[in-house]
Amino acid sequence: MIWTSSLPPFIPFFIAALLMLITRGHLRNVILLATPVLGGLHLWLDVQPFVPMVASDALITAKELSYQKSIFNYQLEFMRVDKLSLLFGYLFHIASFISIIYALHVRDTTQQVASLFYAGSALGAVFAGDLITLFIFWEGLALSSVFLIWARRTEQAIKTGTRYLVFQVMSGVLLLAGALIHYHQTGSTDFNFIGIESTAGWLILIAFGIKAAFPFLHSWLTEGYPEGTPTGTVFLSAFTTKVAVYALARGYPGTDLLVYVGAAMTCFPIFYAVIENDLRRVLAYSMINQVGFMVCGIGIGTALALNGAVAHAFNDVIFKGLLFMSMGAVLYRVGNINGSDLGGLYKSMPKTAMLCIVGAASISAFPLFSGFVSKSMVMAAMLQEGHNYLWLMLLFASAGVFHHAGIKIPYFAFFHHDSGIRVKEAPTNMLVAMSISAVLCVFIGTQPQYLYALLPWKVEYWPYDMTHVLAQLQILFFSALAFVWLNKQGLYPPELRSVNIDVEWTYRKLIPATARASYNLSQRFNCAVIDVVQQSWQGFQSAFRASRLSQYHLASSWPTGSMVLWIGVILGGYLLMDIYF
Amino acid sequence: MIENHLSLLLVVLPLLAAPIAAVLPNGRLPWAVSTLVSWSVVYLAAWQLMNVSTGQVISYELGGWAPPWGIEYRIDAANALVALIVSGIAALTLPYALKSVIKEIPQQQHALLYAAFMLCLTGLLGIAQTGDIFNLFVFLEISSLSSYALISLGKKRQALTAAYQYLIMGTIGATFFIIGVGLLYAMTGTLNMADLAQRLPELYEHRTIHTAFAFIMVGFALKLALFPLHVWLPNAYTYAPTVVTIFLAATATKVAVYVMLRMVFTVFSFTFIENTPADELFLLLCVMGILGMSFYAIYQKDSKRLLAYSSVAQIGYMMLGIGLGSVLGATATLVHLFNHALMKGALFMAIGALVYRVGSSRLEHLPGLGKQMPWTFAAIVIGGLSLIGVPGTAGFISKWYLVLAAIEKQNWLIVGVILIGSLLAVAYVWKIIEVLYFKATDELEHKYVTVKEAPLLMLIPMWVLVLANVYFGFNTELTVGTAEQAVKLLIPSAN
Repeated sequence: MIWTSSLPPFIPFFIAALLMLITRGHLRNVILLATPVLGGLHLWLDVQPFVPMVASDALITAKELSYQKSIFNYQLEFMRVDKLSLLFGYLFHIASFISIIYALHVRDTTQQVASLFYAGSALGAVFAGDLITLFIFWEGLALSSVFLIWARRTEQAIKTGTRYLVFQVMSGVLLLAGALIHYHQTGSTDFNFIGIESTAGWLILIAFGIKAAFPFLHSWLTEGYPEGTPTGTVFLSAFTTKVAVYALARGYPGTDLLVYVGAAMTCFPIFYAVIENDLRRVLAYSMINQVGFMVCGIGIGTALALNGAVAHAFNDVIFKGLLFMSMGAVLYRVGNINGSDLGGLYKSMPKTAMLCIVGAASISAFPLFSGFVSKSMVMAAMLQEGHNYLWLMLLFASAGVFHHAGIKIPYFAFFHHDSGIRVKEAPTNMLVAMSISAVLCVFIGTQPQYLYALLPWKVEYWPYDMTHVLAQLQILFFSALAFVWLNKQGLYPPELRSVNIDVEWTYRKLIPATARASYNLSQRFNCAVIDVVQQSWQGFQSAFRASRLSQYHLASSWPTGSMVLWIGVILGGYLLMDIYF
Repeated sequence: MIENHLSLLLVVLPLLAAPIAAVLPNGRLPWAVSTLVSWSVVYLAAWQLMNVSTGQVISYELGGWAPPWGIEYRIDAANALVALIVSGIAALTLPYALKSVIKEIPQQQHALLYAAFMLCLTGLLGIAQTGDIFNLFVFLEISSLSSYALISLGKKRQALTAAYQYLIMGTIGATFFIIGVGLLYAMTGTLNMADLAQRLPELYEHRTIHTAFAFIMVGFALKLALFPLHVWLPNAYTYAPTVVTIFLAATATKVAVYVMLRMVFTVFSFTFIENTPADELFLLLCVMGILGMSFYAIYQKDSKRLLAYSSVAQIGYMMLGIGLGSVLGATATLVHLFNHALMKGALFMAIGALVYRVGSSRLEHLPGLGKQMPWTFAAIVIGGLSLIGVPGTAGFISKWYLVLAAIEKQNWLIVGVILIGSLLAVAYVWKIIEVLYFKATDELEHKYVTVKEAPLLMLIPMWVLVLANVYFGFNTELTVGTAEQAVKLLIPSAN
């Protein structure tokens, strides 16, 4: 028992964020490291014993834990614990611990404060018991994370960050609108199953969808994440989309629509990822692809599928974090992350290269690595529910992941033709952070029972049987073959310095261009109208000057006159309306 | 003894302080006297609010003449809340004023400025306190005349034009109001608000009453700068001395909104309004005002002017609550009236601190100052978040109640307008923040490298308001609690 068990987990993070402002040097590092450790122990020792472990009632809230605070007539529930939120609670503590170690060399108060607030908001969101609390932390996520992009302090980063913020705030506004309507219709703001039967449900789904990077709502992710600082992107990759996955799993399990959305999400990013040059953007696309698997699982809605979705979220944070960390290390040392300019780095950064390969193996779901034990659950559930064609899409996506994330990332960064770049190995703290992730990847991959024990729903499942392992290995080896063959034949899309056009083009280029065009058009129209008015006005004026009335001096102070005119208009109009209507 | 005359003392103290401040030698003395008086007044106002917060009504007879013949001060939770806002803002503005006034206004005018300030405070408090409709007109004139004088003290020559325009508009507004009052008096023979409320219902069909109502509404719409009668406001706020802008922006229009509430809900009643085009007209003008003025604000090149346009938009929110004509709506209006005073007070104080250091409020002169003046910048950020209505700030509470009121009436258009208005607010607040923090040019950075943080005497009142913005975002007992209490008395049928 280290703290009272009803202490909401976001509080230590927020306090630590404020402490960043008044501490520096070693003390600051100690606080940074201690926060997730103590927070994690708090969850494990104080909170977990209260959570009902009876598996069939997995989603029964531990009532004695609930921590409520009444603010302006509404009960805000900051601490609603069940196995689902607890799993994400552990995950976010682990992720923030690893990311903090990775960023330990950074001397930038803005980034450190922002990242602690960011991690704290994510924790606040997963333990939020009602929609209003969820909304508060939802906005907290948006406002704190954008500083991790701005902290790069380039013109490009500031612009991209602002666009990123607009998307995130839009999601928040939709969530609030949905929550209000939901409250109006049901009389309660509790955050439980919502469903898409009502307007409120749709609004909230879109709000979640923006954060989960649904197709056409995803461009903030692929635009924003590659612009973050080397360390900031590691934080970014861990929280926002996973909070959205949690929220979807809580509010929309078994919503059929999500199966199709998820399947689309797994497939479309592959094409972009294959032609993309910025390796961190490749990872951003592959992130959408991975979230797609989770969304599929949530959409299927059986116990196996939901378990698979959240387990995959758990693993994804760790292996995607590992990949972003290795790319961040390259960016940190080389100062550039374009596939076309890298290559041959394994000579100077052998350890980073090794760790990157572990991450790549995990994301491609190699047996014995963590991705395999969770992805196979979603795939198995898909077959059980008879979605055969969608299952094929996921299969294609799995092959694609291996292609762009499993082979392309390590190959172009560390092997490929030697670019002649010679740099130092990544700093120790980065290597330590990456090693922890790598160990976790292998540990979960080989000993999945520990992860399965944490999963919210009770399911007997074991991934290591003949069919799964063989099928997966077949996919992997054939797509490896495809990569090698395409490369040898020179058919593989070369790494070029170019900008690929995604939907963000609509608002970066198309909308401004249309706006400009319509502005010009309306200008021309205005000019025409003004011309007519002016001519008639001049005609009137010359007639007026010729007349006797011009002897009187009328309009010397036009603004004051116009105000008085308006008063007359309003009073007169009002009285007329009052009398005749 | 004091407690019996509390309501009168609130008005009389600043009235007495005005001539004293005027005859004192130019120096710090007039400032000291006004500050002292404003602090005692805020103490009295808090006391008064405590007395009425449980729901009873104080009726004070001036000179011992019984109402409805004599003038009556009738204090319920609504009056007391407004009096507390007005006096509280004055008590915070005056300490802030010392340095700012020395910098902006020639010394021979200091005593006059503080005297006019005290008169303005008298007028505003008087409007809030009185229960007599003609007495209200008198105080309206006191506050208006002194504020014309205050605005004309601005450093630039445009201040004179701005004050002149405001004079014309204000006088027309007051005249309309008194015409309306005259018509009411002719019909009912009484000037006491409570008495009027009793006598009017039987005359509701009468066309004279409708005309009187029209004159009063248009007159006060002018005073509170309802779109499109707001044209005097941006100039007045932009060119007035900083201190005056802070005080007027946070109080003058709020008091006018309070009068509107009082007229619509107490003197007349919502059943009467529903038979006139007033409620629809309010909603229409508010919607146009919120969208149009927020949009205008985005394109302003002067930070004071930007906030002035934002004020006009925010007044739209307050009037929305009246136009919706429900208990929730009136509550939202009162809450926003209080919260908006907090946010605009804090924001104008922060802009004033920038003006104090750099001498200009034009955005092109401000780039990069955020780094030189971190506390002021932080105040603008938090005040701006409150203006947008981010949860955790006072602004969220008011928007929340407004949205609830609109949903209750199933008026989805209004809900949409409130949300779009918030997005536009993001844009104009961002514009200030972007200039202050992100747009530093090397040339200006070099020039501003010696600029220091604002003096403590300005920072403290500013941060009191900033923290109040956060505090009232979490604890709403004072704002929402009092407002609900007030609305119960304001709308008798709500019980």
